[in-house]
Amino acid sequence: MDYSQFFAMKQEIGLMVVFLLVFIFDTFMPRRAQGAVGVLSCVLFGIFTAWGFCPCLLDGVSDAFAGMYEAGPVVVNIKNILNVGVLIVMIQALRWARQDMVVIRRGEFYELLMLTLFGMYLMISSRHFLLFVIGLETASLPLAAMVAFDKHRYESHEAAVKYVLTAVFSSAIFLMGLSFVYGLTGSLYYSNIAGALMGEGSSALLITALAFVIAGVGFKLSLVPFHLWTADVYQGAPTPVTSYLSVISKGSAAFAFMVILFQVFGSVYADAWEWMLYALIVLTITVGNLFAIRQHNMKRFLAFSSISQAGYIMLGIMAFDGMGIAALMYYVLVYIFSNLAAFGVIGAIENNCGKVDMADYNGLYRTNPRLAFTMMLAMFSLAGIPPFAGFFSKFFIFTSALSQGSVAIYVLVFIALLNTIISLYYYLLVVKAMFISEETSTVATFRSAASERIALWVCVAGILLLGIVSCFYTHLLNITAVA
Amino acid sequence: MFSNILIYFVLIPLIMLAGLALCQNIKQIRAVAVTGSLALCGLSVYLLLEYLGLRAAGDEAPMLFTGSWSWFSPLNINLAVGVDGISVAMLILSSVILLTGSFASWKIDPLPKEFFLWLVLLSTGVFGFFISIDLFTMFMFYEVALIPMYLLIGVWGSGKKNYSAMKLTLMLMGGSAFLMLGLIGIYYHGGETWNLLEIANNSSIDPAWQNTLFCLTFVGFGVLGAMFPFHTWSPDGHASAPTAVSMLHAGVLMKLGGYGCFRVAIYLMPQAANELAWIFLILTGISVVYGAFSACVQTDLKYINAYSSVSHCGLVLFAILMLNTTAMTGAIMQMLSHGLMTALFFALIGMIYGRTHTRDIRLMGGLMKIMPFLAVCYVIAGMASLGLPGLSGFVAEMTIFVGSFEHTDMFHRVFTILACCSIVITAVYILRVVGKLLFGPVYDEHHLSLTDATWWERTSTITLIICVAAIGCFPNFFANLIKFTFSPSIFAVIGMN
Repeated sequence: MDYSQFFAMKQEIGLMVVFLLVFIFDTFMPRRAQGAVGVLSCVLFGIFTAWGFCPCLLDGVSDAFAGMYEAGPVVVNIKNILNVGVLIVMIQALRWARQDMVVIRRGEFYELLMLTLFGMYLMISSRHFLLFVIGLETASLPLAAMVAFDKHRYESHEAAVKYVLTAVFSSAIFLMGLSFVYGLTGSLYYSNIAGALMGEGSSALLITALAFVIAGVGFKLSLVPFHLWTADVYQGAPTPVTSYLSVISKGSAAFAFMVILFQVFGSVYADAWEWMLYALIVLTITVGNLFAIRQHNMKRFLAFSSISQAGYIMLGIMAFDGMGIAALMYYVLVYIFSNLAAFGVIGAIENNCGKVDMADYNGLYRTNPRLAFTMMLAMFSLAGIPPFAGFFSKFFIFTSALSQGSVAIYVLVFIALLNTIISLYYYLLVVKAMFISEETSTVATFRSAASERIALWVCVAGILLLGIVSCFYTHLLNITAVA
Repeated sequence: MFSNILIYFVLIPLIMLAGLALCQNIKQIRAVAVTGSLALCGLSVYLLLEYLGLRAAGDEAPMLFTGSWSWFSPLNINLAVGVDGISVAMLILSSVILLTGSFASWKIDPLPKEFFLWLVLLSTGVFGFFISIDLFTMFMFYEVALIPMYLLIGVWGSGKKNYSAMKLTLMLMGGSAFLMLGLIGIYYHGGETWNLLEIANNSSIDPAWQNTLFCLTFVGFGVLGAMFPFHTWSPDGHASAPTAVSMLHAGVLMKLGGYGCFRVAIYLMPQAANELAWIFLILTGISVVYGAFSACVQTDLKYINAYSSVSHCGLVLFAILMLNTTAMTGAIMQMLSHGLMTALFFALIGMIYGRTHTRDIRLMGGLMKIMPFLAVCYVIAGMASLGLPGLSGFVAEMTIFVGSFEHTDMFHRVFTILACCSIVITAVYILRVVGKLLFGPVYDEHHLSLTDATWWERTSTITLIICVAAIGCFPNFFANLIKFTFSPSIFAVIGMN
């Protein structure tokens, strides 16, 4: 075996190095030095993230293990996008990890976080379904442990059980679909399957196989009707884990989903999965939005909002071209910053006084103007209001979807646009609570921890700059145009 | 980039925003707001002179001062600017109203800093919209202008402000949902460019798509232009908004609707406009008459003027849809005229409300004896609104109806006559208020102790009255300013007379 091919997996190896360093530090250092494990993880991971942008990673496509693994500019870029998000989550979690109940296990939190990220890397990079399934499991199981991290809280347990059962169930469904695909084509390589499907029309078996595969990934992405676990898990999990689930887990699954649909089932786009995805998008956006209106708990509220956001992300897949890939990646990037800003504020308030209800946000502007302002930026960005980044990402994802030009797509985008109005309504409810409500806030004035402030500043900078400064999107568009 | 004069219409508000963010007390805030809006007024007057100079020198390009800077180059999105006579007129209108609005909110309370921040952000959007000739940037600025309304009404408004603010925001954003789809459609069917002039020159929008895209964009902008049946946000919104916001909103923001309908829907899709104008003529005709009738039965001063705005803005869209030079010139004049006089109305109502603490005309009377200055101004505004010659309303409405009457077919005649009726109804509701509110007996003894206008209120109202009178007395100047936009070369492109 040629061991040099491992070097194709540069980012995976880098991540493993960071993981091992943190692990060794956490295990072997004396107890009094262990307080630094959180900061150390952030610093090492920050270095690793910065290294990801080094040009040597971006040139050319490399593959390993007889084509099971592939890394190219697009893949490196989506991993970098995820890395930035993970880094923000790590920094946000520093304050939470100092709590009494968490502090002795905080090393584990960072280690598990990196392990799941490793799984997501494999999902994104795999060009063979076996590797994909390994990645999927590696990403799911440590996450369950993370969801259960607040082990003294009943909700955390409940959420973890729900998450494990759903993850296992969805994996089973996915594998079922995969076995059909294997029966149909005799291979698990993406390229071989695509070759075997080329020229084949749709058949009942193919539709069934696709339905299972899409349902399996749909659980991870919490597309409606596979979303029922989402709200409970988001509410029960510790806030840093929730934010991780809602942006990183979702972003990576969306990208991997797109790779599968494009590379494996690309030839049967119009025959087999276009209409399935169409229906899923309409359902996901609409149901997510309608349920978000009635939520009082901020984390549940963002859970439903993130369900509908996943629907918008799927619009990039509907475009079915390079522009769609770029729009999807850009949407994920912007979504990471906007959603993490929202979770950052929620986490800061929760850490300070344990309040997570929307009613507690009444009059927040009077007591904590900066947090309220950040939350408002996040809400406006999620709702797609210019000049914040969310407007640009929504606009570009609609533009890319409409490049198809069929009337059906126009109808789909119109439905999505009408849904932005519904979403604007509930995002404005938060703004209303913070700015307009005349009640005195139950959240007293407080100064948030330095780590929380750093993370929020980064998110605010992202919300303000990612859209106006055009190079981010054009860069993504350039690399996907080549791919 | 900075050699182009138009960029400063966006830069100055941005500098104002930065300045306001640094302000410590109300005096500094006022200083920044007034200095900034004076600078904008000066800039727009300078632009006007430059523009007229270039036109006099024989420059016949459809847009002057054009500039284009690449933004999202793979999608052909540019920051493209350029103005013609209409945009120049709108820029002057906006800067005047921003200035008078700043004076009208001299004593805004609470949170004056935040108030002006949002107000200036709103005007950034307005100015950006009027200078853009790139559909993407235009749309972006359009939405920038809409969203501050939510907080401005929600925090500083009165009455059922939560309801009104939410309704207004959602309905206007609903309009922009139509608009976004329409604009992206125009991009794909108009030769993959966002630039207005290029699309118009290509005139290549697929006829099969023109009708759909025309409806989407016209409805999208029409919502902001208070077109029936999408006008319901307007009365509630105006009534709940604080004074300066009502002024800016009725005075400028609703003009974005009319301007957009003309600039995008009709200019880019003339065939569809020709074909489908009748549908929207019916709707806007209803706006004109229905708005006027509704104003007659209201008892809240702000509701009266809000419905009157629906009627007058309906007339703008109505005239644009007549698709001939005279009526369109009238439409632009009406935008200017309505912008100024409605701002004057709302400013005065705000001042009266600030003193009497009621806007119900049944609870007030004889204000002419108590606050003669405000009362006289109110009469002037009323006269402008009902179309007294010498003031702006007469010029605008006269031109519109003359233009509309150029159509000789039955359909247009009937609707023109119906719309003409609105003038009579306007007279009814204006004179009703003037008679009851100003000249009747003093209703409330306590009102006798109230004072007349302060200096900042006088500055605000006198500026507006001068502008209203200027349009009324020198209509030819303004007609010439906007004439070139409707010159034969442009109409050749859009295939009209």
